[in-house]
Amino acid sequence: MGFILVQFLTGLASASSLFLVAAGLTVIFGVTRVVNFAHGSLYMLGAYLGWTILSALPRDPAWFALGVVLTGAGVAAIGMTIETTLLRRIYKAPELLQLLATFGVVLIVQDVVLKVWGPDDLTLPRPRWMRAFVTIADQRVPVYDLLTIAIGPLMLLGLWLLFTRTRWGTLVRAATQDREMVAALGVDQRRLFTAVFALGAGLAGIGGALALPDGSANGQMDLTVITDAFVVVVVGGLGSLPGAFLASLTIALLQAFGIVLFPKITLVLVFIVMAVVLVLRPNGLLGRPLAAARGDANTPALVRAAVPALRWLGAAVLLLAALAPLFAGPFALSVLTEMAIAMLFAASLHAMMGPGGMVSFGHAAWFGLGAYGAAFAVKGLALSMPAALIIAPAGAALAALLFGGFVVRLSGVYLAMLTLAFAQIVWAIMFQAVSVTGGDNGILGVWPAAWATDPRTYYWLTLAICTAGVLLLRRILYAPFGYALRAARDSETRAAAIGLNAAWLRLAALVMAGAAAGLAGGLTAFAKGSVFPGYVSIGRSVDALLMVLLGGVQSMAGPVAGALVYTGLFDILLMVTDLWRLVLGLSIVALVLIFPQGIAGTVHRLWLRGREA
Amino acid sequence: MTVLAVAGLVKSFGGVQAVNGVSFSVAAGEMLALIGPNGAGKSTCFNMLNGQIKPDSGRIALNGRNIAGLSPNRVWRLGVGRTFQIAATFASMTVRENVQVALLAHRRHIWRFWRPAAAWFVPEADALLTQVGMRDQAERAASVLAYGDLKRLELAIALANAPRLLLMDEPTAGMAPAERTALMQLTRSLASRQGLAVLFTEHDMDVVFGVATRIVVLNRGELIAEGDGPTIRADPRVRAVYLGSGVTSGGHRC
Amino acid sequence: MHLRRRTLLATAATLAAPAIVRAQGDTPIRIGEINSYTAVPAFTLPYRNGWQLAAEHVNAAGGVLGRTIEVVSRDDAGHPPDAIRLAGELINDRKVDLLAGTFLSNIGLAIGDFALQNKKLFVAGEPLTDALVWAKGNRYTYRLRPSTYMQAAMLADDAAKLKAKRWVTVAPNYEYGQSAVKWFKQLLTERQPDVEFVGEQWPALGKIDAGATVSALAELKPDAIYNVTFGADLTNFVRQGNTRGLFDGRGVVSVLTGEPEYLLPLGEETPGGWIVTGYPVDSLTDPANKKFIDAYKAKYNELPKMGSVVGYALINSIVAGIAKAGSADTEKMADAFGGTSFETPFGPALWRGIDHQSTLGTYVGKTALKDGKPAMTDWRYVDGASALPSDAAVAKMRPA
Repeated sequence: MGFILVQFLTGLASASSLFLVAAGLTVIFGVTRVVNFAHGSLYMLGAYLGWTILSALPRDPAWFALGVVLTGAGVAAIGMTIETTLLRRIYKAPELLQLLATFGVVLIVQDVVLKVWGPDDLTLPRPRWMRAFVTIADQRVPVYDLLTIAIGPLMLLGLWLLFTRTRWGTLVRAATQDREMVAALGVDQRRLFTAVFALGAGLAGIGGALALPDGSANGQMDLTVITDAFVVVVVGGLGSLPGAFLASLTIALLQAFGIVLFPKITLVLVFIVMAVVLVLRPNGLLGRPLAAARGDANTPALVRAAVPALRWLGAAVLLLAALAPLFAGPFALSVLTEMAIAMLFAASLHAMMGPGGMVSFGHAAWFGLGAYGAAFAVKGLALSMPAALIIAPAGAALAALLFGGFVVRLSGVYLAMLTLAFAQIVWAIMFQAVSVTGGDNGILGVWPAAWATDPRTYYWLTLAICTAGVLLLRRILYAPFGYALRAARDSETRAAAIGLNAAWLRLAALVMAGAAAGLAGGLTAFAKGSVFPGYVSIGRSVDALLMVLLGGVQSMAGPVAGALVYTGLFDILLMVTDLWRLVLGLSIVALVLIFPQGIAGTVHRLWLRGREA
Repeated sequence: MTVLAVAGLVKSFGGVQAVNGVSFSVAAGEMLALIGPNGAGKSTCFNMLNGQIKPDSGRIALNGRNIAGLSPNRVWRLGVGRTFQIAATFASMTVRENVQVALLAHRRHIWRFWRPAAAWFVPEADALLTQVGMRDQAERAASVLAYGDLKRLELAIALANAPRLLLMDEPTAGMAPAERTALMQLTRSLASRQGLAVLFTEHDMDVVFGVATRIVVLNRGELIAEGDGPTIRADPRVRAVYLGSGVTSGGHRC
Repeated sequence: MHLRRRTLLATAATLAAPAIVRAQGDTPIRIGEINSYTAVPAFTLPYRNGWQLAAEHVNAAGGVLGRTIEVVSRDDAGHPPDAIRLAGELINDRKVDLLAGTFLSNIGLAIGDFALQNKKLFVAGEPLTDALVWAKGNRYTYRLRPSTYMQAAMLADDAAKLKAKRWVTVAPNYEYGQSAVKWFKQLLTERQPDVEFVGEQWPALGKIDAGATVSALAELKPDAIYNVTFGADLTNFVRQGNTRGLFDGRGVVSVLTGEPEYLLPLGEETPGGWIVTGYPVDSLTDPANKKFIDAYKAKYNELPKMGSVVGYALINSIVAGIAKAGSADTEKMADAFGGTSFETPFGPALWRGIDHQSTLGTYVGKTALKDGKPAMTDWRYVDGASALPSDAAVAKMRPA
C-alpha cells in the first residue's frame, strides 16, 4: 500500500513538471496558432540560464525562488525577441510556416548553447533542503517532489485567474476563440501575441529551471522535452490549460505505474496514450473543434499546371541530373541519389498535405516501413532487389490503409499528432524488437543487386524511379481524383453537397502518399546498405515537413525545390562546418523570411505579378 | 407537377420543438419562399430536406419517393441541388474547374487517376456557366470573384447534377440589392425554362415578394400562412409576427 | 562564421568537378575520421583533442613510413545514413587511406558494413556493441575500446565479491542497455550460481522518469543494483536515488560511471563505493599515463577525459598497424593489423587477429568524493585480454 501511495506521489510530481512545460506551449498555440517547435529549446535555455543564475545565488529556498523567477523573466525576454524579430513577420504567411521558422530557431539554439555553456552536462549542487525527504508509509518522499506537486496546480490556478479575472486575460481568451473578432474590437493584436509568446516562453524557462534540482542542464533536453510537451498539449486539447493539466496527470500516473508492471513500455507509453485518446476523442480530452483559420494567407491559392518556362527548367534539370554520372564523382552521385529520394519523399508528403489538407508529423512511418520492408525482403525472405522495391511501397501502403481509417476522421494538428503517434509506435517496435529488427543497430548488408552495385547504375535507377514517382503523383493530383481531393479540402460543405466522400478520398490519398514514401524508404535502404530505427524517427518526419514547407505546399514544384535545397544545403553544411546547425538554422530562418510562401510559391507569385489581372 | 411534398415534418432538439408538423409542396417551375422570423425553424426545415438533419417524424417525398432520413450524398444523387448561405465553392480552382468537379462527381468519374480533370466535360461545364452568365469568367480563380459572381458560380455547381429540386439557403445574403434581384431573376428564369422546383429561404422581403411564386411562413416551428404575395401581405397573423419583430424588409441579418 | 577546413565554395566545386587523383609518395597518409561531434559533444570534443594531440606527436616524430599523417574529420550528426554518405566522400573524394572513429554503435556497425562493401579498412574507436567484432565482424573492421561484454566481464568479478543474492538492473532501453544487462546476468551467474535477478527497469534513453524508476527498484528490496544508465539519465537517477535512500546499504555496480564524462556531472552527489569502470585521471602516476596527461594539460589546459584517451590511442594504434603493414594499402593493412602491438596512455595493447578487438583495457575501481570532488579510488587496470571469452567461443561468434 505504502508503495502505491509513494508511486502515486511520484507520478503527481512528474505530472506537475510535464504541465509546466506544456502550459506555455498550449497558451502559445491557443492564441497565436504557432506550432512552436522551439518550446523545448526555450525550456533548455531555462535550464542553462537557470544554472548560471542559481549558481551565483545563495542556496536557500527564497533565493532559489527568486532565481527561478529571474530565469523565467530572462527566457520570456528571449521569447519576446524571437516573436518580434521572426514570428511577427510571418503571421500572414500560411499556417505551419511558423513551425518551419521555429525549427530554424531550434537548430540555432543548439549551437548557441554548446558555444556558451560548453559540451558537459551542468548540474546544480543541491543544498540540504533540496535533498530533504519525508517518510510516508516507511518510504522516503523527496520534499522537492512535494514542492513540485504543489507548483503544478498553483500554476494552473494562477494562469486560470490571469485568464478569467483580468481584462488582458479576457482578451487573450477571446483571441483564442476568434482572432479576427478581437482585431475588429480594436485591440492591438501584435502586442497581445508578443505578450502571450513571452508568457509561454517564460513558463518554459521556469520549467527548465525547476528541473535542475532533479537533474542537469544538457544539450539533448530540448528535443526530449518537446515531444512530451506536444503530446500533453494535444491529449489535453489544444489551447486548453485544464486539459493540459489533466493530460499531464494521466500520462505521468500511467508512466509511474506502467513501468512497474511493464518495465519496457517506457518508449511507447505516451504515444499509445495519445493514439487512444485521439481515436476516442478527436479533439483531445477537453479540447473544442478548432475554427478554421481565416484570412488571405489561408485561402488556398489557385492551382495551375506549371507554366512552360518551369516545365523547360524542370526538363533541363532532369537532363542535367541524368547526365551527372558522366562528370560527377561517386560522392556527388551519393548526394544526388539522396536528393532524388528526398524529392519523392517530400512529394509524397505534399500529396497528402497540399491537395489532401492533411499535415503529417509522422510521415517517416511510411518511409521507415518501406525501408524495413525492403530489408526484410532481401535479408529475411532472400528476395531480389526489384521484389524488395515492390514490397517496400506495398507494405507501407497496407499499413497506411489499416491505420488511415483512424487518421482521416481527424483534422489539423490533431491529425498530424495521430500520425506522429503511429510513427512513434512503429519506431518503438523497430527500436525495441532487437531480435527481429536488430534494434538501434539496425539491419546491415542491404546492398543493391549485383547489376546495380555501381553507384552510377544505382543512381540512374533511383533517378528514374523517383522522377517517375513524382510525375505519377502529379498526374494523379491533376486527374479527377486529385481534384476531388482538393475539393474536399477547399470546402467540405460543398464537397459533401456534390456527393464527394471526403473520408474515402483522404484515405486513398494517405495510402498513395504512404506507398510513395515507402518506395523512397526502400530506395534509401539499398543506397545506404542498411536500415535503422532512425528512418522512422521524428527527425526524419520533420525533414519531410521542412522540405515541403521550404518549397511551398501549393504545387508539386514546391516539395521538389524544397527537397533539393534542403538536402543539398544540409549535406554540404554537415561536411564543411562544425557549426552546421547554426548555419542551417539561420538559413532556414532567412529562407522563411525571403520566401514566406515557400520557394516555389513565392517565385510563382512574383512570376504572376503583372501577368494576371 | 409536384416535385417536393412535405407532410407532417417534426423535429425537436432536447425538448425544444424546432419544427412542428409542417406540410407544404413545391411544383416544377415554381419558386417557393420559406420565410419567418429568426428561430422560426426555417434552417432546421431546410437541413432536413437536404439530409443534414434527420426528422423525428414526417414524410419528405421527392417525385413521390420518401427521402426523409437519407444522407446528403444520397439526397443529392436523387436530384436535389443546393446553395449555401455563405457561398461554398472550391477556392483553389478556376470557375470552370469548379463546375467540372461537380460534373465529375455527378457522373461518378471521381476515382480516375490518369486523364487530367481539366479535359473532362468542358462543353457541359461551359453550357452551365453560360446559363448563369459566367462563361466569360471561366478561366478566373474562384477565390478572386466578386461575391455576386461567386453566388452565380455556386448556382452553376448546384445545377451540375441536373436537379429537379433546388434548395437555396439565404441565396442573396451578403449581396448588394441590385445583385440580389438579378440573381433571383436568373434563378426564376432557369426554373421556369427547365421545370425546376426551387425552394429558398430569404430575409429580404423585396426579393421574396418580387420572385416567389408562392410563400410559406413559419413561426415557432409551425406553418402559419401559405399563399401568393398579396395573400401573405394581407394575412393578419403574418403581419402580427413581422410587426411584432419589427422586420418587414431590408434583409439585414443580425 | 567559422568554416572548418575549407569554404563552402570550394566544396561546391568539388561536388561538381571530377575527383582529383593524387600521386602517392610525399603525400601524407590520410585518415578519414567520422564522429558524432554535434550529437555527443561531451565525449567527442575531448576525443577530438586526443587525436589531434596524437597526430601532432606522430608527425613531430617523423610520421610513419616516412610520410606524415593527416586526419580528415567529419561530423555525422548522430545519423548512420549521413555517416555512410560522408564515408563515401572521404574515400572517393578525399582519397583517405582508411576510415576511423565513430561513437554510436549503430554508426560503427554501418561504417563497418560499408567498409566491407567498399573494401576499406575501418578502425572503430568508441562503439561498444559486441556485434562490431563478433556477430557482424568482418575482415576490414577493427575496434579499439573494451566492448559491452568486456565491461561487464571486468565488473563481474568484483560484483561476485559482494555476495549479494537479490539483484535488480536498470539500463537504457536499447541494444546497448540490453546487451550490457544480458552479459552481466550471464557472467555473474557463472561466478555465483545462487544469484537472483528480481527485477529490471528500462528507462527510455534521455527520458528517465527517475523518481518512479528509483521507487520501483526500491520496492523490490534488492541486495544490489546493476546500473547501465549514463549521462543525463545517470545524474537524475543518482539524485533521486540519494534522496530516496536507494543506495543505502546496497552494493551498486555501474558500467562506465567512473569515466570523467559521466562522473564529473554527479558533483558532490557522487555516491561512494559504487563499483565502476572508468578513468581515474587525477590519481594516475605511472609514466605512460602521466606523459599523456601532462602533454594534454599543456596543450588544452584541462585534464583529459576518457574520450581523449580513446582519440589518442586510436591514432597510435593505426600508426602502429600501418608501420607493420609497411604500406597504407587496404589489404596489407587488413592483414597486418592483427597481432600489432601499440602504445596507449594505459600502457601497451594489441590488435587481436582472431576478432580484430584490441586488448586496450580500462580501470575498475570505486567511486568516492575526494575534497568534495568525484573520483575513483581502489582502482586497478584490467587488461582487455583478460576480459574476453575463449578463442573457441569467439570463433563461433564471428561469421565465417
